[in-house]
Amino acid sequence: MSRRAGVSGGAVLAVGLLLAAVAGSFAWLDMPLAALFTATAVEEAGGFVARFFPPDLSAGFLAKVAWAGLETLAISLLSTLLAALGGAVLALPAAGRHGLAGRHAARFVLNLLRSVPELVWATLMVLAAGLGPFAGTLALALHTTGVLGRLFAEALENSPPTPAEALAGGGAPALVTFLYGTLPLVAPQWLAYALYRWEMNIRMAAILGFVGAGGLGALLYYSLSLFQEAQASTVIIAMLAMAVAVDGASAWLRRRAGA
Amino acid sequence: MSATLRDPAALPRLGWTLTALMLLWPLLQLADFRPAALFEPGNLAAMGHFLAGFLPLETSPDFLALLGRATVDTLAMATAGIALAVLLAVPLGVVLTRSLSVSAIGPGRGGWVGQAVRGAARMLLAVLRGVPELVWALLFVRVFGLGPAAGVLALGITYGGMLGKVYGEILESTDARPARSLLEAGSGRLAALAYGLLPNAGQELLSYTVYRWECAVRASVVMGFVGAGGLGQLMDQSMKMLNGGEAATILATFLVLVLAADGASEALRRRMA
Amino acid sequence: MSFTLEGVGFTHANGHRALAGVDLRVAAGERVALIGASGAGKTTLLRVLAASLRPGSGRVELLGSAPWDAAPRDLRRLRARIGVVHQAPPIPPRQRVVTAVLAGRLGQWPLWKSLASLVLPVDPEGARRELARLDLAERLYDRCDCLSGGQLQRVALARVLYQQPDLLLADEPVSAMDPALSELTVALLNDEARRRGVTLVASLHAVDLALRHFPRVVGVKDGAILFDLPAGQVSEALLRELYAAEGGLPLAGSPLPSPSPEAGPAAGTLPPLRCA
Repeated sequence: MSRRAGVSGGAVLAVGLLLAAVAGSFAWLDMPLAALFTATAVEEAGGFVARFFPPDLSAGFLAKVAWAGLETLAISLLSTLLAALGGAVLALPAAGRHGLAGRHAARFVLNLLRSVPELVWATLMVLAAGLGPFAGTLALALHTTGVLGRLFAEALENSPPTPAEALAGGGAPALVTFLYGTLPLVAPQWLAYALYRWEMNIRMAAILGFVGAGGLGALLYYSLSLFQEAQASTVIIAMLAMAVAVDGASAWLRRRAGA
Repeated sequence: MSATLRDPAALPRLGWTLTALMLLWPLLQLADFRPAALFEPGNLAAMGHFLAGFLPLETSPDFLALLGRATVDTLAMATAGIALAVLLAVPLGVVLTRSLSVSAIGPGRGGWVGQAVRGAARMLLAVLRGVPELVWALLFVRVFGLGPAAGVLALGITYGGMLGKVYGEILESTDARPARSLLEAGSGRLAALAYGLLPNAGQELLSYTVYRWECAVRASVVMGFVGAGGLGQLMDQSMKMLNGGEAATILATFLVLVLAADGASEALRRRMA
Repeated sequence: MSFTLEGVGFTHANGHRALAGVDLRVAAGERVALIGASGAGKTTLLRVLAASLRPGSGRVELLGSAPWDAAPRDLRRLRARIGVVHQAPPIPPRQRVVTAVLAGRLGQWPLWKSLASLVLPVDPEGARRELARLDLAERLYDRCDCLSGGQLQRVALARVLYQQPDLLLADEPVSAMDPALSELTVALLNDEARRRGVTLVASLHAVDLALRHFPRVVGVKDGAILFDLPAGQVSEALLRELYAAEGGLPLAGSPLPSPSPEAGPAAGTLPPLRCA
C-alpha cells in the first residue's frame, strides 16, 4: 500500500484542479440541473419518451427505412474504402519515405483532414457536391483519410525495412518494392485499422443526414421535426441494428484475415 | 500447366474479386457516387464563392467575443459531459466486474442474481453507447430546448456507455487476487475496489478517461449542428448565411481546439504513464 | 573484368571507419571467399559491390560501368544484374513462397508483369525449378511464415538463383544453417557460378568452408585487405593474424555467430499461422 501512503501534493493539486474545472463547467453552462428533477419535468420527459412507443412498423415506412439504411451502409463502406486508399497514399510520405519535407507536408495534410469533424466536412461537401449521399461519402472519406493515414504511417514506421531494401537493392522500381516488400508486412494491421474505422463510420454515416448528406439521419431529422416520434424510434432501432451488424461483420472479416 | 503447378489460391481470389466488383456497383449507385457533381457549374460557383469569402478572416470584436464564448461553451460542455459520464460509468463498470462479485465466492444464493444484474448492466451500456451522441442531443433538444444542457446530457449518456464498458473491461483484466482476498476477508465491495483493484488499474482508467475527454471535445464541437450550443451552432449559422469569413475563422478555431485537446491529452497521459 | 575497386573507403555517420583503401579486382567467373572477424568490414564491402552503398572515397566499377556516375535508370539496371544472398532472409512472413522467389526478377520485369504476378504468379514453373534444386518444390504455394528458419534461408537462395545475376554476392549465407546444410548450400552457390560462368563473392564466417570451396580467398581485417591468395596458399599463421582478436579459428562445426542486430525478421519470431 505504499502507493496509497505516498499521495503527493501534486496529486492533491491535480484532483483539486479537476474538480474546479468540472464545477466551473457546470457553473458556466448555467445548467438547470435541479429543474430537471422536478415532478413536472419528469412527467414531461416521461410523456415524451412514451410517444416513441410503439415504433412505427407499417410496411411503407419500413421500406423507406430499409432504403435509407442501405444508403447509410453504402456511404460507410465507400467512404472507408476511399479513405483507406487516400490514407495509404499519404501514409508513405508521412512515414518519411520521401524525405523530410514530404514527411512534414503529409503530416500537416493528415492533421488538417483529421481535425475537422465529419459533420463539418459534411456541411462543406453539401455545398461542393449538392445535397445527398455523395456529399456524406466525401465528408466521411476526408476525415477518415486523416485518421487512417496517421495510423497507416505509424504501422509503416514500425515495420522492418529489410525486405523492401533488398528488393530496391535488386533494382526493383519504388511501386513494386512497396507492393512486394512492405505491403505484406503492414497489410494485416492496415486492414484491421480500416475495419475498425468502418465500425465508427457506420455510426457517423447514420447521422450525417442531419446536415443533408443522405442516409438514415435525414429520415430521423424529418420525423423528429414533424413530431412523429414513433417513426423516429423505428429509425433509431435501425441505426442500432446496423451498428451491431457492422461490428459483427468487421470482427468476422478480421478473424478471417488473421489480423 | 500441370496440376501441381496450378495456384490453389487462384479460384478463391477470382471469386472474391468478382464478388467485390459485383457489390461495388450497387454501392456506388446507392451512394449516388458522381464525382462529376463536384465540377458542375452550379456547385463550383457556390463553393468558389464561399471559399473566396474565406479571406479575410472575420475578426470584428463582436464576432470574436461570440467566438470566445462559444469556444468556452464547447470546452465546458465536453468537461461537464465527461463528468456526468464518469458518474454513470463507475457504478455500472463496477457492477460488470466479476472479480468484485461477492456471490461468486459463496456460499449463499447462487450466482444467478449477479449474472442477471451483470447482463442487464451490459445491455443498458450497449443501448446508451449504441445511439450516437448527436441523436441523443437531437432528442434532448426536444425535451429541454435549445442550449448546451442537451449537449451535456447527450455526451454524458453516450460516453457513460463507452466508459462503463471499458472500465468493466479494464477492471476484469486486472489481477483479481488482491480484491478476492479482501472480499474473502469480509470487506465490502467498495473497499475491495479501492484497495484491491485501483492500485493496479487506476492509471489505465484515468488515461482512458482523458482520451475520452479529448474525443468529447471533438464531439461537442459538432453538437451545435442540432442546436445544442457551442462552436457548432455558430458554424451552422455562418454556413447557412454562406459567410465564408466567419466560417473560416470558426474552422481555424476548430483546428486549434482539436489539436490542443490532442496535445493536452497526450501530455497528460504521458505524465501518468 | 567483373569488378574493380580502387582505394575504396567508407566511414559510418557515427565516425566508425568500416573500409579504408581497399583495392580489389576480380575477373568474370572467379569465385572469391571473404573471411575475417565480425566487424572487419565484410558486409560493408559486399554492400559496395552490390551498388547499394556509395563509398566515401575511391573508384568503383561494376560489370563494366561506374554505378555512381550513372543515371538512376542505369543504376537500377545494373542492380538488377547483381544478386545478393542476405544474412537474414529479407522476406515478408505473410508472403507466399512462389511470390518470394519470383521477386528475384522484379528488377528485370516491366511494371505490368510485376503487378500481374501479385494477382496470379506469372512463372510458377520457373520458381518451382529453382526450389526443386533446394528440395523445396512441394512448398511452392505455402506461406513463408509456415517454414522453418533454414527453409526460409533456402527460399531466399532460390530467389537469387531465379534472378540469374551476372554477379552473385552472398553475405554470410549459411549463418542460420546446420553444418551439413551449410556445406550443401555453399557447394550449390559454387556450382551455380561455375555452370553459368558468373562471378561469386561470398563472405563466410567458417574458414574451413571458404578454403574447401573457393579457389581464391580474401582476408579482411579492420576495414582493409590483409591477404588475397589462392586457397592453397593461405597459411595457418595468416589465419591466426586475421582472427587475432577472436581467439581461435571459427569453423563450420563451431558455434555460429549470432545474426547481426540489424538483420530483418527472423523466421522463427512469428508463430506459424494457418499452415495447412
